[in-house]
Amino acid sequence: MTQLALVIDLNVCVGCHACVTSCKQWNTSGAAGHLSDLDPYGENPLGVFFNRVQTYEVGQFPQTQTVHFPKSCLHCEQPPCVPVCPTGASYKRKQDGIVLVDSDKCIGCKYCAWACPYGAREFDADRGVMTKCTLCVDRLDDPAIPAAQRRPACVNACPTQARLFGDVHDPDSEVSRAIRERGGYTLMPELGTRPANHYLPRRAAHAE
Amino acid sequence: MSARQSLLDRLFANGTPLHDPVRSPPGDTAVKTTTCYMCACRCGINVHLRDGEVRFIEGNPRHPLNRGVICAKGSAGIMKQVSPARLTQPLRRKPGAERGDGEFEPISWEDALQLLEQRLRRIRATDPKQFALFTGRDQMQALTALFARDFGTPNYAAHGGFCSVNMAAGMIYTFGGSFWEFGGPDLQHAKLFVMLGTAEDHHSNPMKLALSKFKRAGGRFISINPIRSGYSAIADEWIPIRPGTDGALLLALIHELLRTGRFDTAFTAHCTNGAQLVRVQPGQAQDGLFAAAPTAPHDPPGVLDRLWWDERTGRAVAACSEEAQPALFGHYTLDDGTPVATALQLLREQVRDCTVDWAQELTGIPAGRIRDLAQEMAHAALDLAEDLPLPWTDWRGRHHDALQTRPLAFHAMRGLAAHSNGFHTVRALAILMSLLGTIDAPGGFRHKAPYPKDVPPDVRGPRGICDVRPNTPLAGAPLFWPASPDDLALMDDGSPLRIDKAFSWEYPLAVHGLMHNVITNAWRGDPYRIDTLLIFMSNMAWNSAMNTLDVRRMLRDKDENGDYRIPFIVVCDAFHSEMTAFADLLLPDTSYLERFDAMSLLDRPISEFDAAVDSVRVPVIPPLGQTRPFQEVLVELGARLELPTFVHADGSRKFRDYADFIVNYQTAPGSGIGFLCGWRGADGSKSLKGEPNPRQWEMYAQNDCVHVHHLPEAARYRRNWNRAYLDFAHDNGWRGRNTPIMVAIYSEVLQQFRLAAQGLRPGRQPPASLRQRVAQHFAPLPFWQPPLEQAVTDLARFPLAAVTQRPMAMYHPWDSQNAWLRQIHGHNRLVVHAATAQQYGIADGAWLWVSSPWGRVRARCQYSEAVEPGTVWTWNAIGKASGFWGLHPRAAESQSGFLLNHLITEELPMAGQGRVSNSDPVTGQAGWYDVRVRIDPADTPQAEDLPSQPAQTWPQFAPVAAPPHHRARIAPVAVLRYFAGRMGLAGEGQ
Repeated sequence: MTQLALVIDLNVCVGCHACVTSCKQWNTSGAAGHLSDLDPYGENPLGVFFNRVQTYEVGQFPQTQTVHFPKSCLHCEQPPCVPVCPTGASYKRKQDGIVLVDSDKCIGCKYCAWACPYGAREFDADRGVMTKCTLCVDRLDDPAIPAAQRRPACVNACPTQARLFGDVHDPDSEVSRAIRERGGYTLMPELGTRPANHYLPRRAAHAE
Repeated sequence: MSARQSLLDRLFANGTPLHDPVRSPPGDTAVKTTTCYMCACRCGINVHLRDGEVRFIEGNPRHPLNRGVICAKGSAGIMKQVSPARLTQPLRRKPGAERGDGEFEPISWEDALQLLEQRLRRIRATDPKQFALFTGRDQMQALTALFARDFGTPNYAAHGGFCSVNMAAGMIYTFGGSFWEFGGPDLQHAKLFVMLGTAEDHHSNPMKLALSKFKRAGGRFISINPIRSGYSAIADEWIPIRPGTDGALLLALIHELLRTGRFDTAFTAHCTNGAQLVRVQPGQAQDGLFAAAPTAPHDPPGVLDRLWWDERTGRAVAACSEEAQPALFGHYTLDDGTPVATALQLLREQVRDCTVDWAQELTGIPAGRIRDLAQEMAHAALDLAEDLPLPWTDWRGRHHDALQTRPLAFHAMRGLAAHSNGFHTVRALAILMSLLGTIDAPGGFRHKAPYPKDVPPDVRGPRGICDVRPNTPLAGAPLFWPASPDDLALMDDGSPLRIDKAFSWEYPLAVHGLMHNVITNAWRGDPYRIDTLLIFMSNMAWNSAMNTLDVRRMLRDKDENGDYRIPFIVVCDAFHSEMTAFADLLLPDTSYLERFDAMSLLDRPISEFDAAVDSVRVPVIPPLGQTRPFQEVLVELGARLELPTFVHADGSRKFRDYADFIVNYQTAPGSGIGFLCGWRGADGSKSLKGEPNPRQWEMYAQNDCVHVHHLPEAARYRRNWNRAYLDFAHDNGWRGRNTPIMVAIYSEVLQQFRLAAQGLRPGRQPPASLRQRVAQHFAPLPFWQPPLEQAVTDLARFPLAAVTQRPMAMYHPWDSQNAWLRQIHGHNRLVVHAATAQQYGIADGAWLWVSSPWGRVRARCQYSEAVEPGTVWTWNAIGKASGFWGLHPRAAESQSGFLLNHLITEELPMAGQGRVSNSDPVTGQAGWYDVRVRIDPADTPQAEDLPSQPAQTWPQFAPVAAPPHHRARIAPVAVLRYFAGRMGLAGEGQ
């Protein structure tokens, strides 16, 4: 069974936010859109973004690391956001494992956002519905898009090619190999959500 | 089953979704290709439209520069398009209104052009230098320089003098190339990559692509910077350094390499002037100049007309003699008794005291680390070198079967340049790169066409007032490359010819001008008053000023007659920037999606290492409102003013518009060289040179808006000395000569200026007040001294260095008007090393005062471990003045954002010298990273006019109303629901 996912290489992510705005622009005019921006030019702009980058400093000077951490829905294999949804708007697709929100069923109760331990769901206060990363499901099989670009917008955009995309249930896929070879890990595995998205850790290089 | 049950089943079962997640919304779609302009990287983009509105901007996978990637800014181009900050209508300051109050009335383009034409015509007929044209972050300097030259004014520059001219000048005066669009690190073959003074830069996407591949291939990346920001996040090692001390580090590294003999001796001997003999005759007219070979002078100077000391025979011989074994070090005596030394010997003596311990004291980097770093670099460059089967022929006709890699690459940016000691710092880096043989070797530094150029490039400018004549083009280029004091731009009495004093004895090698001086000098009338200042895409009343508060005052100041000291200011911009408020005439530019542009080899091209590349923009959507591309305005004015490039002999206009100009302009009649290289010739089959092709724009548009001309394989490396390349570059007009370009470890050009200052060189000499300064700073070999500002700063009272860093998701001030990008960077804080802040009693997030001797700013503190303890920093240009950029007057950008520029001074009160510009004495580079500050806790303030106002940054500026017809006034947006095809934009032009 296919489980599509993103694998994000923290060893080359420079926190440029290309993934953030490329996602925003694809999805605001796409099947999942629009993505509202409240008070866009005002004192308290608040926009819907499916993907965000958090930045952390680790360690003490001079051994400081600056770690950029992009995070979007992890498309869990046991997504806690699905069983809690009263309308069935929150669902996981059987054919590819993508977790989606059916905005025509969603009543905006936000129960799913409480259930998600990763803060991956974004409530659109203007539309009154929950939104989230769709893995650009509307790009993956679109014949109007050249085959090589039928991937999430963020994957195409990333200037350091830090975002890999593929089927983590296929042991020969690029993402599965990266996870195996580079020690890819999931977030908070102790919660039993079995995220499909993985992260590749930092590693140092030495000459020769 | 009942209907109700069926409905309930459909709604509440986890069954078939109601919403179709893959359905493409309906609409008439189109895809057009053009080039991004959210920064100066110029990535290729595909712009998807739906019903004429922009739906999606993606990187073009076929474009050689970005290969399909696109950054945060490029992906947010839609928001720039629809920004309420866009100007839409030409405007004129209302009669009777004060400049700076933002009171405008509409004016038609025809009236605006007539007004401009009349004024400029009068200036051109009487005193052309009264017209000053200064541009900012534009990419059309070939056209703007051409316009200024045709007009006849020397008063032209872009932003380089404020930005990073030291990086260009320091390197080009050494090896004929530099970083960014002139050259860069070859990360494909490098094994060690050392980056200095760079957060991120404007050529960013290719760097990110290359850096990622480099890391994945096991390359080691070291970043040397006071701050661990930008690319440094993924460096394998971060070496913190104190700002302004990189020159000390680099000189110590050179000292170590020479001391341990770990450098590329063959390259130094044969490809640089290191082995050439320099006269050592203090007090004499030829002291410090190269001894000449006794044969007849060759063309050009610098190669066969110099001398080597042949160790085989113990005699001086012509440099580059076959069979000779040139001495790299030593003092010798020529047959005629002249004492000489090799240039490298003089370098060794110059860096004798630049020990690692000396550098440790200055930089804060442990001496042992510096020593090891030198060896690490030498190991990468020399020990890890491999032979690649890349045959080539050198300039003497000798064939080589293989090319050795030099897998040590560097990159550097403003952290080195933006200091008053930056020129020599960059020279030191250039020499380090050369000693290790990395110049245009695989894995090292590689040039990009049309570089390398001569040292210095063969471009001269006006030398005196005789070269500035009414109704006559300037005799020379407005920006050029002086080779000696003879080339300076001086009045008859030796005072500066230019309004910014570039190319005078104050800044002789000011090859990018001094944008930051223009307003002050014009206000002061020193060297003279001007009449009209035309500013394009440059926020000179805000982030592109060194002392913003004073500049804003000067723009409004009047003389004793009640007239503005700068009589007429024309501003062309696309957005409601802080500068626009000071315009007398405001011309609205288009966005980048609405016009033609040419990224030309005559200007700042996007070449690759192996190919000459140029590109264009073509309009994707119609211009908004009454916006017009600035280039069109220039072509139109050029025709109206009958400037020679733009009209036939009979005065009739030559070019219909900018697009026509680009197609049909040639550098000289019949030269076949124009702004664009691709699809030349009547049938479009020629490249680089050829007759104009009327269908050239179509060809670019059909080919991803980019043209790639691969260099012949044998002409791709060691180009300074590569016969195939030297001939190729000459044949295509990139250089006037096909002779080799030796690396100038020792700069005889600088020595010429020093001799003039010492009174030893006949001809032009500096005024008495500048002799000591020129003599000291025009050293033929680099040296380190603290930035000038430190000499007039109480370092005990102001112990911290303050610098800015460029964020990846904003480009200078450009993106606060962008609804998406401002949610990433909506304000800025002063980032302080945690222990340092605690020392001053300032908590994380607390308000503080940051003060320099020249000004103070109130801001909020942000703790960090990723900054060396003696430095504070903030993001560049995030802070805005209230009410500008289409933002609410109490937007975070003005209320909790701030500009560091308020702390910076344009002039330094040097004892005994009067007013001295806070700039590098060699190039005029603005020393805006030299400022020293202190921080103090600030209590929560109460704003004067709003007692209940929460804490805000200081200084604040009274909001200025948006101009008439401005979108921010017409349709304030409470919720933006962007969905292409439904925005109702296509009718009016977006």
